[in-house]
Amino acid sequence: MKNVERAISNVLRIGVLASIGLILVGILVTFAHHPSYLVTPGDLDRLTHPGAAVPRTVGDVLRDAAALQGHAIVALGLLVLIATPLARVLVSIFAFRAERDRTYVLITSLVLLLLLLSFALGGILG
Amino acid sequence: MTPLVFVLLAFLVSVAAGTLGALLGLGGGLLLIPALTLWFHVDIRYAIGASIVSVIATSSGAAVTYVRDRLTNLRVAMVLELATTTGAMTGAYLAGRVGSKALYIIFGVVMAYSAIMMFRKLGHEEDRPARRAPWADWLRLHSSYYDEALAREVPYKVSGTRIGLGLMYVAGIVSGLLGIGSGALKVPAMDLAMGLPLKVSAATSNFMIGVTAAASAGVYFMRGDIDPFVAGPVAVGVLLGAQAGVRLLGRLESRSIRIVFVLLLLWVSVQMLLKGARG
Repeated sequence: MKNVERAISNVLRIGVLASIGLILVGILVTFAHHPSYLVTPGDLDRLTHPGAAVPRTVGDVLRDAAALQGHAIVALGLLVLIATPLARVLVSIFAFRAERDRTYVLITSLVLLLLLLSFALGGILG
Repeated sequence: MTPLVFVLLAFLVSVAAGTLGALLGLGGGLLLIPALTLWFHVDIRYAIGASIVSVIATSSGAAVTYVRDRLTNLRVAMVLELATTTGAMTGAYLAGRVGSKALYIIFGVVMAYSAIMMFRKLGHEEDRPARRAPWADWLRLHSSYYDEALAREVPYKVSGTRIGLGLMYVAGIVSGLLGIGSGALKVPAMDLAMGLPLKVSAATSNFMIGVTAAASAGVYFMRGDIDPFVAGPVAVGVLLGAQAGVRLLGRLESRSIRIVFVLLLLWVSVQMLLKGARG
């Protein structure tokens, strides 16, 4: 069980640190590109209401982040954060397998399957 | 308010939300959504998007330590996740098909009842009746954790696995349907029905909420509800706040955590009843 705990803790740590790093860099880049954000109160409404620059696909995020757009780098950090719990489910399957714990390999695989199913259903229905 | 001031203030509020969330096993959206919409006038869609991100941030940020220090009961979490994910899917299916007004009232009452039952356990943290638990035996759910405040290892037996699964299914439906309250139902279910120590219940609930939230966050992202300018500072604040919450949970006595949890549960219950009454 110790190895399972260590594996999960490590996956989470990597995900958390990577997303903090990306989000902070993205915020700095945003302010560097838009110095007026530091002083102009009027800009805020545009950023926090419908019509704000909100990427919707992974492709958009990757393309704009590669072009060093601040909001896309932040979005990339958020995607890493969202993917972290899924990664920890995946890693726990392998960790339980390494422990030869078949019951829990089965349970964890089922959880992953249910998650992917709900993600797919959400994509169709949402 | 300039965008810079917004980023700094949203960050600070999120640190508080992350601390409370990690300590109590909740998502922190209860605090964040009103703060973002009422104080900072963020559009409600983006506030909800940021709050779902904050649930994942609280969960992953705290679990790095909770899992390593064995406060999280991983086996209990994995087994119960079967029920919460199924429940969340049922909830998403039911959304729009059932009136949410009655639901708010039902769960407002359920939460008030849980708050009273949890309060009655105050001062009986370590009284655990020895019940027969064939499922928990077979699934090897019994464990122990090191309690920093007591400075010793606390062994515990898990029981009521099937009742726990049923309650988690319901908790999943509620979170899928109303988008809130999943941690507020998970912690009492583990504390009252399954006999887990309160700290283990909080840490395990914390661990579980991240997975369900991640599934819905994908959908919110594709819908364009996750605004990086709002969710970015919130995520970083919550991740850092969760570290503080983890330290607090270790050092505080279970009875103090129980009091804070009961008060918060009552507050949520009143909010839900008001929402149900107003429609």
